[in-house]
Amino acid sequence: MSEEMQTVTLTVNGENVTRTVRVREHLVDFLRGELGLTGSHIGCEHGICGACSVRVDGVVVRGCLMLAVQADGAEVTTIEGLTDSGEIADLQDVFVERNAMQCGYCTPGMLMTAAELMKDGEVHSREDIREHLSGNFCRCTGYHAIVDAVETTMKRRSGRNS
Amino acid sequence: MNTRPINSLTPLDRQHSYVGRTLSRDSAKRAVAGRGRYTDDIQAARMVHAAFVRSPYAHARIVSVNVDAAKAAPGVVLVMTGAELAERCTGPWVGTLTCFENMKSAPQYPMAVDRACWQGEPVVMVVAATRAQAEDACELVEIGWEELPVVVDKERALAAGTPPIHADLGDNLAFEKTIDTGNVDAAFDAADIILEDTFEFGRHTAVSLEPRALLSEYDPGTQRLTVHTSSQTPHMIQALLARTLGVPEHNVRVVAPDVGGSFGLKIHSFGDEIAATAASMVLARPVKFIADRLESFLTDIHARENRVKARMAVSKDGDIKAVDIDVLSGAGAYSQYPRTSVFEANQILNITAGPYAHAEYRAKATVVYLNLVPTSQYRSVGHPIGNSVGEWLVDRAAHAVGMDPIEFRRRNVMKDDSYPRVSAAGIQMQDMSHEACIDALVEKIDYAALREEQARLREKGIYRGIGIASFIKGTAPGPAGYYGAGGAPIASQDACTIKLEPAGGVLCMVGVTDQGQGVDTVMQQIAAEAVGVPFDHVRVIEGDTDATPYGGGTYASRATAIGGEATWQAGRALRAEILTIAGALLQADAATLDIVNGNVIDAGTDNVRVSLAEIGRIGHFQVAELPNDIQPTLSSTRRFRLRDALYIFTNGIHGAWVEVDPDTGFIKLLKHWVVEDCGRVINPQLADEQVRGGCVQGLGGALYEHCIYDETGQLQNGTMADYLTPMAGEMPDIDVTHIQTPTTVSELGAKGVGESGTGAAPAVMMNAVNDALRPFDAYVTEQPMTPELILKALGKV
Repeated sequence: MSEEMQTVTLTVNGENVTRTVRVREHLVDFLRGELGLTGSHIGCEHGICGACSVRVDGVVVRGCLMLAVQADGAEVTTIEGLTDSGEIADLQDVFVERNAMQCGYCTPGMLMTAAELMKDGEVHSREDIREHLSGNFCRCTGYHAIVDAVETTMKRRSGRNS
Repeated sequence: MNTRPINSLTPLDRQHSYVGRTLSRDSAKRAVAGRGRYTDDIQAARMVHAAFVRSPYAHARIVSVNVDAAKAAPGVVLVMTGAELAERCTGPWVGTLTCFENMKSAPQYPMAVDRACWQGEPVVMVVAATRAQAEDACELVEIGWEELPVVVDKERALAAGTPPIHADLGDNLAFEKTIDTGNVDAAFDAADIILEDTFEFGRHTAVSLEPRALLSEYDPGTQRLTVHTSSQTPHMIQALLARTLGVPEHNVRVVAPDVGGSFGLKIHSFGDEIAATAASMVLARPVKFIADRLESFLTDIHARENRVKARMAVSKDGDIKAVDIDVLSGAGAYSQYPRTSVFEANQILNITAGPYAHAEYRAKATVVYLNLVPTSQYRSVGHPIGNSVGEWLVDRAAHAVGMDPIEFRRRNVMKDDSYPRVSAAGIQMQDMSHEACIDALVEKIDYAALREEQARLREKGIYRGIGIASFIKGTAPGPAGYYGAGGAPIASQDACTIKLEPAGGVLCMVGVTDQGQGVDTVMQQIAAEAVGVPFDHVRVIEGDTDATPYGGGTYASRATAIGGEATWQAGRALRAEILTIAGALLQADAATLDIVNGNVIDAGTDNVRVSLAEIGRIGHFQVAELPNDIQPTLSSTRRFRLRDALYIFTNGIHGAWVEVDPDTGFIKLLKHWVVEDCGRVINPQLADEQVRGGCVQGLGGALYEHCIYDETGQLQNGTMADYLTPMAGEMPDIDVTHIQTPTTVSELGAKGVGESGTGAAPAVMMNAVNDALRPFDAYVTEQPMTPELILKALGKV
């Protein structure tokens, strides 16, 4: 009983990657196990908790609901890539300053999702921020600090642009 | 932040003190970059993965086990049955403690041997090159089952005709206890008003986002076992692994890397983790076991399943005269080893109506075994139940005597100037501040205005409720009470070893552990202040039994109160040694010197005499510069434990503002306020965030979370799609105020803060919902308070 394998080529955090993967392997398992990108976490394996959120071709997806083979030809960005590019450095700084995480397990997914909302440069209401983050489970903070951090960063960005 | 006057200015209060200041956590900087290092992130050479065949039945005899096909499956390196594992264990566990008199529990092995007693109990372990292969092979294990009668209804567990789950125990009774002040019946006979209700609390579980995780490695040459595991209590895990698997305790190293949430779940030991560790010894290869989410729901400890019948006797003037509660607690098939499954019921007895000064109290607990996963300690053990019961009866009583719930509480709480005293439950209380907290809350929420708004909206058909709930919280347990005192290898003391390094840096090794609360940062602040060095000159090391002094770890809101005091004392001792060395070098009286910002100075001046880097250099490399009678250790270890007290009790009060839709039963949370007294606050931001996170965890249990079992003991909601947790969209902003009454049991003055939010939030939420329902003359006494429950209370379904 040998496992069915398939070769995929994709871009991960700007690097070209070619690997032969088990066809049943989830994208997040591939990123973590094969590429050592352990910043994406596995929480619920049902697409509910958002800990495995990664960006695929510009859209935030659940790494536990997508197979690695489905990412063939795609451009994938993980928290490591977002960190290296500096795209969300301000948000990360405010997360630290505001202590918008405790155990940190949800944090990469939370940042990934928040970054998506912040793309339009608008300052969203706290209610909208809460709504947008509602697919990301955080057991530690109670969310208040996370909402504060996202709101603060939006305001700072907006202040810079105006 | 409100700070009550602290009697005299101590070194903790001086200008620029690191104690009382918000400083950022180093580990947060790693977390935001995705550089956290959790157990599953660790890879080891030749590592293999364990998966488990688990009982599909709540109660069934194992008639046959055939593992031949599994053994032959691709990648499989080991298949082990429960019976085979039992032979490798020194003996079964029995989850009793001597401090719980007449408690009983059946012996249990890490995996079922001839009978499974709960759905999800591990039966066969398969170890393979990948987790996927191990799971594939699990599918090939054939087990012949003979189903047995199932006991899942706690109300019937002791009924005649209900078979005992464990015949040797005679019945399904785990533990009974009664507290009785003696004149309760007389007080009820004499009472003007008696309020009575029956409360139901659903079973729920921790749902740490990182599941249970373990990587065990054994070296047969040195006979050393190294275990990385997501744990709050590395030393307890060390003791259990050593004792269960027959490895000398000093040969076992337990490391807790980053822990992705714990909440009490990770102070426990689990059979699958023992099995995976045994596999690492058999194979002499690293074995990893990571629970998946279904395994987590099925096999993590559960908590909170209690039915409470409660009565309160009140005078027409509004004085609580007596409280009488009868608690029926549904445990699992075994008492969890070694912390037991009876703590929750015991704690309900300790704390129900605990803020109040009534003299008469009777509280009975009955804990029964069920064919369900074992229950045990989960954040704020017992408190959500005791607080909800007591606070709802208080609200009813206030209404019955025509008194505002705030006024009723003011009248009945233990007065701030009345300590030390003993509660009706027999618990020693001191350094508490119910009255100050009530005053602060009233001001914070603008209570009168909120009541006016509520009345105005009611006229428009909008039903809002104001919840008020006072609370007490037992934190930082002492050595005279439970755990160690009851025979478990669990320390109630904690320790710190602190060292001055040659370059002037300070290493601070602590037995308490960090799971993201900021324990490491808090210890860093305390150490920096105690020694007199800049914050960033201190590095805290925790979570490694090879590197830290022995301690209990982090549980029961003890890390700062116990471990913090040990760190303070160790730091002060190191400081004293440094000053002695400096005095000898400078030919000055050490009493005229001080240490500030990493330098020895002339006390009371800015005059720098010598740096700590210089002391470190001389103390390690050029000791000849010192007189012969000084042998520097530049290191100090201190331990701290409570003396006679059972706990350091904290107190406070919550307020909640909610809207209930009488047509849908939906509850909208608008605002939540907390005023609490955790004694001296070390890092205000971290303390606030403990309170906020704790509240939301409590709100989850009050509103959404429920492990639902059918009558055959089958879990109905084993995914996060089916088991609801609080998400950002439903949760309110939470306003936190601290009243600081330092505990007098330590110099530091810190009490515990991590759990009180979880303990009080369900109470205030029930009161808020019931306040919203008051115009309908309806109320609920069951949690979680689902829309269906609300509609039932309103007579609509």
